[in-house]
Amino acid sequence: MNLESKVPEGPIQDKWDNHRFSMKLVNPANKRKYRVIVVGTGLAGASAAATCAELGYNVDAFTFHDSPRRAHSIAAQGGINAAKNYQNDGDSIWRLFYDTVKGGDYRSREANVYRLSQVSVNIIDQCAAQGVPFAREYGGLLANRSFGGAQVSRTFYARGQTGQQLLLGAYQALSKEIASGKVNMFNNREMLDIVLIDGHARGIITRDLRTGEIECHAADAVVLATGGYSNVYYLSTNAMNCNVTAAWRAYKRGAAFANPCFTQIHPTCIPVSGDHQSKLTLMSESLRNDGRIWVPKDKNDKRPAREIPEEDRHYYLEERYPSFGNLVPRDVASRNAKERCDAGYGVGATGYGVYLDFASAIGRLGKQAIKERYGNLFEMYERITAEDPYEVPMRIFPAPHYTMGGLWVDYNLMTTVPGLFAIGEANFSDHGSNRLGASALMQGLADGYFILPYTIGDYLARNEPGSASVDAKEFKETKEEVETRTDALVALKGKRPVDAIHRELGRVMWNECGMARTADGLQSALKKIPQIREEFWANASVPGSEGSLNQTLERAGRIADFLEFSEVMCLDALNRNESCGGHFREESQTPEGEALRNDEEYSYAAAWLYQGPDKSPALLKEPLQFENVALTQRSYK
Amino acid sequence: MRLTLYVWRQPSADAQGDFVKYDLSDVSPDMSFLEMLDVLNANLEELGKEPIVFESDCREGICGTCSMVINGRAHGPESKTTVCQLHMRSFQDGETIYIEPWRARAFPVVKDLAVDRSAFDRIIQAGGYISVRTGSAPDANEMPIPKVESDLSMDAAACIGCGACVAACPNGSAMLFTSAKISHLGLVPQGQPERTKRVKKMVEQMDDELFGSCTNYGECQDACPKGISISFIGRMNKDYMKAKLIEVEEPRKEVESQ
Amino acid sequence: MLSFYKSTIGKKVVVAVTGCFLFLFVIGHMAGNMKVFLGYDRHGVHHIDAYGHFLRTFLEDAFGYGGFLWLMRGGLLAILALHLYTVMQLQVLKAKARPVDYKKQDLRASTFSARTMMLGGFVILLFIVFHLLHLTLGTVLEGFVHGEVYANLHRAFRSPLTVFMYIIAMAALGLHLRHGLWSFLQTLGLDNPDRNKCIRLGAAGLSVVIVLGFLSVPLAIYFGILIPPANL
Repeated sequence: MNLESKVPEGPIQDKWDNHRFSMKLVNPANKRKYRVIVVGTGLAGASAAATCAELGYNVDAFTFHDSPRRAHSIAAQGGINAAKNYQNDGDSIWRLFYDTVKGGDYRSREANVYRLSQVSVNIIDQCAAQGVPFAREYGGLLANRSFGGAQVSRTFYARGQTGQQLLLGAYQALSKEIASGKVNMFNNREMLDIVLIDGHARGIITRDLRTGEIECHAADAVVLATGGYSNVYYLSTNAMNCNVTAAWRAYKRGAAFANPCFTQIHPTCIPVSGDHQSKLTLMSESLRNDGRIWVPKDKNDKRPAREIPEEDRHYYLEERYPSFGNLVPRDVASRNAKERCDAGYGVGATGYGVYLDFASAIGRLGKQAIKERYGNLFEMYERITAEDPYEVPMRIFPAPHYTMGGLWVDYNLMTTVPGLFAIGEANFSDHGSNRLGASALMQGLADGYFILPYTIGDYLARNEPGSASVDAKEFKETKEEVETRTDALVALKGKRPVDAIHRELGRVMWNECGMARTADGLQSALKKIPQIREEFWANASVPGSEGSLNQTLERAGRIADFLEFSEVMCLDALNRNESCGGHFREESQTPEGEALRNDEEYSYAAAWLYQGPDKSPALLKEPLQFENVALTQRSYK
Repeated sequence: MRLTLYVWRQPSADAQGDFVKYDLSDVSPDMSFLEMLDVLNANLEELGKEPIVFESDCREGICGTCSMVINGRAHGPESKTTVCQLHMRSFQDGETIYIEPWRARAFPVVKDLAVDRSAFDRIIQAGGYISVRTGSAPDANEMPIPKVESDLSMDAAACIGCGACVAACPNGSAMLFTSAKISHLGLVPQGQPERTKRVKKMVEQMDDELFGSCTNYGECQDACPKGISISFIGRMNKDYMKAKLIEVEEPRKEVESQ
Repeated sequence: MLSFYKSTIGKKVVVAVTGCFLFLFVIGHMAGNMKVFLGYDRHGVHHIDAYGHFLRTFLEDAFGYGGFLWLMRGGLLAILALHLYTVMQLQVLKAKARPVDYKKQDLRASTFSARTMMLGGFVILLFIVFHLLHLTLGTVLEGFVHGEVYANLHRAFRSPLTVFMYIIAMAALGLHLRHGLWSFLQTLGLDNPDRNKCIRLGAAGLSVVIVLGFLSVPLAIYFGILIPPANL
């Protein structure tokens, strides 16, 4: 199989326009004959479902939550980028495109990123019209802030809850279509498999989480908007229920999985407090604008932070990166924190934490100014740790946060399975090997509102409507497979809670495939994962039955998939013997310890294709060409 | 810490439920309340017993999934805090804790502590939106909005749809939720064309879901993890009165051509 | 209009507006009562008796003797009935909306007056019936003479039990008004987060004034501050 990216011809700024003209259209009268399934109702899913319904398609939308408003897009705090140049500071579509390609460390597809930058301006218009309460200036116009080290102010925000407000906008648009009858909303449904007929995605199998019923749903195309897989690490900033199951099921039906090793570790999270920890909490990285990061110079220095004098503190980021200081990109900040803690300088009870100190900012600007900027974050920190960050420095540690890898898609956002689309964080995305701050919301909404609704039309126009029915034998067969798998899970009556096994997998992944990776470590992970998988199938405890709400069964199914997926992730990390963005191979670094790319050998997207059980997946390579942005080594010195 | 828990267990919507007592030791004050329940559930799973069903997702206090009444308080004893952000240091060693699901006819129990809150979705579907066809929006800065109004709209929009207002209200009223959404959209110029229709439809849907009426107890705003003010209820009432009594929509008469 | 009444907000507004009318009546009633302290006019008629006579003969030509007064009373009763009926409907709704109660409930925001609205309202209702039989119709007052308002008051408030009952009833009225007044403003959206503290204090203050005003009459009589008329 060859990966066809289907990037249109022509200069980069004309590609999307040309493509929109050359795509086939569905006759308005025929649109209602088509049915589209959208799995997931986060930013990407809800906006795609609402827009497709507006266009006239029938949409079946699915979420495993009790309401489409709860997807984890809701937790994004910082903001959303758009090349509006409202601040007159020299921003442009081209600059956003350039920043995103460079920030992604040259592992993304130029044409996609350019299109993302183009539609970013429409997103803000759309959301403002929907009533999203973006921050405003006294003149009534939209406010912006600079975010994540960008040199222009292009980030739009709604207090610390931009994700929630954007999701509510999309949810409201979706609700309108549900009321109009164009969207059938299926809450509490988990997608457990994709049904292929003649090689095309024609439906899905779901489990009703409340009744346990396994159901078939047929359509003319299937869209996956099922988010990322950070929970493979067990502890991450993702919501408890985020999982890889839908994408993994698609992979097993022939959709290639691209760059699974590209994961982002966010530097400013609250450190783990003990073994009971169920998830990690992220604090906006805007904290680094005023906070100074340090550890004691002496690893045996156990004095309280306030009693450690200035000369005994090591401000390692300021020392190592004099020009960017505490504002280096996420991957650099995270790796340095890990390096200090691994070397024994970490603070806090577990030794996995570094100080983020606001004392000098409070001294310079006053407590009130700091309160105005970060009051809600300080409150949240105090609520969780019972320490007052105005008095003692915060303790922070990096945590898995976002996954740039995902299902491989072409320019039309279609996977290698015809009729199966992937949008938002679920696809391998426009962020290359590192995502910039405030770009995830942008990509989710770009895919959902402005890209997929066009490109799916091109696919549908080439296919007869209503060609699939749940009576087809393919549905029956796939449903039986799902039932067999569910029976096997519910038959697990061992002694170990499934979460304990998940935690064990998470530790292996964090240590060997986390912030820094080595060939030896990855190989040892590849040995350990099958053992944990065996342990799971031999000894996990799944009490209760499958015929009703059974949360352990839900988790067990997701963990079973993580236990398979994690292998491909390590395989990918092992294969990519270079460092780029969030993927840091210790074998490949500059003399100063910075990530060293190998553009000669690895300037490609690595897409893994399922070959059957007990067989290694095949590696397909999509070469990445950089015609518009010159390849350079990132440097933040 | 040692704790005695009385947890509401109910196998299904129509089954009889009751409190079950659990003794738990080795609870760390740094655990969140849900992590404490995770530990209890892991213990139950080790014994092959069905764990307590409770819902949670983001565990950052923003998704609105977690929902339980702890010692008679929706989301527990701390103000402006969801259960997932509540920590065990808010409790005493040896304390007895009662854990119950949201109680309202419109929120039937699904299992144990999980309830069905789809009534909220239906209230939004009735009119909690601004109709904007994708792609048809004007430039975002073409419509300046005074910061004060925009900020007030944001105050209302902060609602996370958890349902604590209903759970805390002795009348089982959903007016805080409904009024927050109506105010969020009604306070900004984009929301004006549909304002009358929206308030009518949403209030009617709220009534159809059999939520109770408001008697101004104020328990809802006290329980609200986002501190949403009951002054939005007054705003909704005003809007509703105007919509029903003053701006009654007449069927449009055709303008005769001359 | 009917569909407005059918909605929960509509009912709430009806309770608020009828409550407001009843409140205005209560104010008027209390102000009228103060004539008790004015003593006798130059014809030797007590001011409160003259006031009673005035009320009965107001617009006598049109409505006959006491006609207008009865019309007003009828109107008030109708408003009261609507107030009660709507409240009962809301109570039914409440019971339906929360069929299963909590094992433990820790109410923190609601005031005592808010939680006792129903109980207090019931006490006030019983009191209204008693009060009408007591001092309007005189059915339950020994020696009641129609038209002798001042004398009747003295006949009534000689008994400590009666005074005690009036104190209880007025306390209930005060609590009811405290929440009712604030609620009226809140329900009609006339509140304002910046002024809510003042509004709540104002409601409480007004309630206290009304309670003290009403109670001043029985207490002043009981403790002999107001001298009984000569015929007693």
